[in-house]
Formats: sequence, C-alpha cells, structure tokens
Amino acid sequence: MPVRPTAAVTARRETFRQLLRSKTLIPGAAIVGFWIFCAILGPTIAPHDPLGQTQPQLVAPSWKYLFGTDQLGRDVLSRVLAGARSIMVVAPAATLLGLVGGTIVGLVTGYFRGLVDDAVSRVIDAVLALPLIVIAVTVLAALGPSTVTLIVVIGIVFTPLVGRTVRAAVLAERSLEYVQAARLRGERAPYVMFVEILPNVMGPIVVEATVRLGYAIFAIAGLTFLGFGVQPPAPDWSLQIYDNYTLLSAGTYWWTVLFPALAIASLVIAVNLIADGIAQVLDR
Amino acid sequence: MLGPFADPASVKALDHQLGVDRPFYVQYGDWIWKFVRGDLGMSLEYRVSVWSLLGASLLNSLKLAAVAFVLVVPLSLLGGVVAALKRGRFADRAITLTGLSLTAVPEFVSAIILILVLGIWLKLLPVTASAPSGSGFFTQIKFLLLPGLALVMVLFGYIARMARAGTIEALNADYARTAYLKGLGTPVVIRRHVLRNALLPTIAVIATQVGYLIGGLVVIERLFNYNGIGLRIFTAAQNKDFTLLQSGVLLIGIVYLLATFTADVLYAVLNPRIRHGAAE
Repeated sequence: MPVRPTAAVTARRETFRQLLRSKTLIPGAAIVGFWIFCAILGPTIAPHDPLGQTQPQLVAPSWKYLFGTDQLGRDVLSRVLAGARSIMVVAPAATLLGLVGGTIVGLVTGYFRGLVDDAVSRVIDAVLALPLIVIAVTVLAALGPSTVTLIVVIGIVFTPLVGRTVRAAVLAERSLEYVQAARLRGERAPYVMFVEILPNVMGPIVVEATVRLGYAIFAIAGLTFLGFGVQPPAPDWSLQIYDNYTLLSAGTYWWTVLFPALAIASLVIAVNLIADGIAQVLDR
Repeated sequence: MLGPFADPASVKALDHQLGVDRPFYVQYGDWIWKFVRGDLGMSLEYRVSVWSLLGASLLNSLKLAAVAFVLVVPLSLLGGVVAALKRGRFADRAITLTGLSLTAVPEFVSAIILILVLGIWLKLLPVTASAPSGSGFFTQIKFLLLPGLALVMVLFGYIARMARAGTIEALNADYARTAYLKGLGTPVVIRRHVLRNALLPTIAVIATQVGYLIGGLVVIERLFNYNGIGLRIFTAAQNKDFTLLQSGVLLIGIVYLLATFTADVLYAVLNPRIRHGAAE
C-alpha cells in the first residue's frame, strides 16, 4: 500500500524545493501572478475607464496617458490592465475542460485497452487530422461566436490531446503490482482508475496542464483576433489589436497595438516558462 | 441569400434549386458522389465553382508556406545543432529559451511586432503581402518575407528543439564515442557521424508541422489580407458559405494527410532501421 507518510512528505518537499530553484519557473510565475492580479483588480487600478470613450483620440504616449489613447479615445494602459480578465478566464476554463475530459478518456482507454481503446483512438486520430484553428473557425461559424462555445470547442479539441498523454502514462502504470493488488482485492474498475492509478499519473497531467494552458492562450488569442471569441467592446488584448491594426500601415499610432501585443507575448511566454520549469522537475 | 424580407415562395424555390429540401442523407450521398468525380459544387456566396476559388488560393498559400519553410529549416537546424554542441552553456539556454518564447507567442502578435520593427521603423520590408500584379519572382518573395517571418518565429522553436534533441542523442551514441576514440577531430566527427544521424530524421519530422502551418495561415493571411486558402476559409465561415467551407476544410485535411504521409515515407527512407525493422 502507499509509502510511509514521512517518505511521501519528504518527496513532496524535495519536489517543491526543486521547483523553487528552477530558473524559468520563478520569473514565469511572477509575470503570471502580475496578470492574475490585473485580471482581478484591473478595472479598479486602471487610471481611466477602460470602456469610456472620453479621452482625446490617438494621443501618443505621455505622462498623462502612459500608453497613449486609441482611435475611439480610450486609454490604452487602462484597457491593457483590464484586458487581462477575459483571457485569464477563458483560457484556464478551456484548459480545465480539456484536462478533465482527457484524463477520463486516457484512464478509460489505457485501463481497458482492447475494443474501447481502438474505437476511441480512431476518433482521436480523426480529430487530430485537422488544425485546431480550422476546426474552431468551422464550428464557431456554424454556431455563432460566443465565449462559451469557444471554451467548449477548445476543450473538446484538447480532450484527445490530453487523453493521448494520460493513456501513455496509464499503460505504464497498469501492469505495476499495486494495480494488480487492487484488482485482486476485488475493487471495481472506476475505483482502480480514479483512486489507485490517477494519483500516480498526476505528474504528466500537471505538465500537460501547463503546456495546454499556453496553447489555449495561443489559440484563443488567434480566434478572438479573427472575431470568433470575446466580442467588442470588451477590453480584450486580441480585440485591441484587431480594432487598431489597420491603422498600422499608416506608420503612426504604433502604441495602440504594441502594448496589447506585448501583454499577450509576456503572458504566453510566462506560462511556457512555468511549463518548462515544471516539466524539468517532474519529468525526471 | 434572398435577404431578410424574402417571401416564402421564393425561399422554397431557392431551397429546391439548391437541393436543401431533400433529406440530408440524399444530400450527403449526392455530395459524396459528386466529390469523388472532382465536382465540389458551387459557392453559395459567389455562384462560381468552388474549385476555381480554392485552386488559386491554395497556390498562393503554398507560395507563402514555401517562403516560411525555406527560411525556417536552415535557421532552426543551425540553432538546434549549436545549442546541442554548447549543451548546458549560455548559448544553449539562450537558443532554447528564445525558441520556447517565440513558439509560444501567437503568430499575429509576432507579426504585429515584426510589422512595426521591420516594416515601419526600419522600413526594410513592405507591410502588405500581395505584390502588385505582374511583378517578378523576387518582388513577390520580398512581399512574402514579413508574413513568412511571422510563421518562422512560431516554427523555429519546435524544429530547433527536435534538432537539439537529435544531435544530443547522436553525440551520446556509441558510434560518436568510437569516432572520437579512433582519433578523428571534432569537426569531422560532427560532420560525418553526428549530423547525418541527427538531422535527417529531424527533416522528416518537419513535415508534420504542416498541420500547424495551415492553422497559422488562417490568422496570418487575415492579418495581411493575403488571398490564400486560410483567408478563403475564414471568409467562407464568416459568410456562412458552407459549400466553399466544407470543401476548403476537406482540402486542408487532404493536404495535411499527404504531408503526414510524406513525413512517414521520408522517415523510413532516411532511417534504414525503420525500413528493415518493418520488413522483418
């Protein structure tokens, strides 16, 4: 049965200590922490109203408007701070949906193998035969753009991807003695899968979670830019770029797109730094 | 198609004309039957054959994809090999982290930053993707460089990581040690023994990135308003032009399958162990 509590606690402390020493995890966590802070308090700490079209239009960055104002007279800094909220809700929600679905699919296919595994694997292959953006654009065009649909579509496409990783981990676990012992004890399959195997495949699932979160932000930002995600006038970063990028070719007004672009870039890079740090510690 | 105030009779007539008043399995059978004979039907929006729209777009997208691949393959292979040779040192961390960061950033974000820096501030490259009609080969390529570079930034990290892993594996292999021990110099070992084993499989793996590339094309072509297959699918989705959309998505699926198949074949051709292993 499980290892002695003291040993488990020591192992957990050791993992935690390694995570703290990681050179990529800490800077990543600091940046993500900043954006979580903005997602919660953004509209409150913003110097101006992120939606209010009350400022002069297209003012270059200055002390009054640190990031300038956009073509509708909205303060870019306020919109960047408040814009953290939409992506920080939609991306984790889609990731969570994909993780839960993928874990269930992975556990079931890895544990039962045979016909169930074959059938589900073929469906997975079919989903993977098309790029995520293309699937999402098609579905969102048919059902109409909405944030909930976006979350569900990304979650469904992530399910087979996560499922594949979890399945591989379950296949390695299912032949181990503790699983055999549980089965010989007469435990039912759901108990063996979720109580015995699941805790032991949490490592790959956590790594997958951070990697998927990065992809989710990538995909959602792209789809919102295409007009299939968060809808105007929300101060979403991708929407800000979409609203203003046509002004770029004129050669001026760079501040309306550069700051939201840097915000997206800093968030995805930070999430990937965390993913890299966690993978290096847990994948050993 | 008839507007919001169409009278029921003309809606019924159009339904009949388009064949959408038939049961869905009849429509599906009809579509499949026409599809296998190469008839993709008419676009609902433009009232011309779907194939005439998709063919030209696909060609444009292939041009853009080709520019991106020609740029990214040598760059990322070089990056990956240098990172592997300097493993654990500063150059390795710098290349790996840069690659990781570039890959993570959505392509339209990198494109915006590239447009600002290369197109507007340094004025090195044109900020539109479509060259004036009738311009020569090199002018067309010059116009495709900026959108191509945006795709390069996303692909670089992935391919460089593959090349780095492959090179490290080859450096650790017995044959590399043997080569060193029999007195060959480092450049010779790397050129004759390590690179051959490390890079050829990596090149085959690159073909699997076509799937991402097509998704990236949708966004990049929209950003640059470049008339490729991605923009076609996007506008078809927006206009609810379902005949065009379904054929476009199917075409992408076929291109993706072909690319993956090519990757498998290349992999077997370049790696005799797979070939002989399968034959046994």
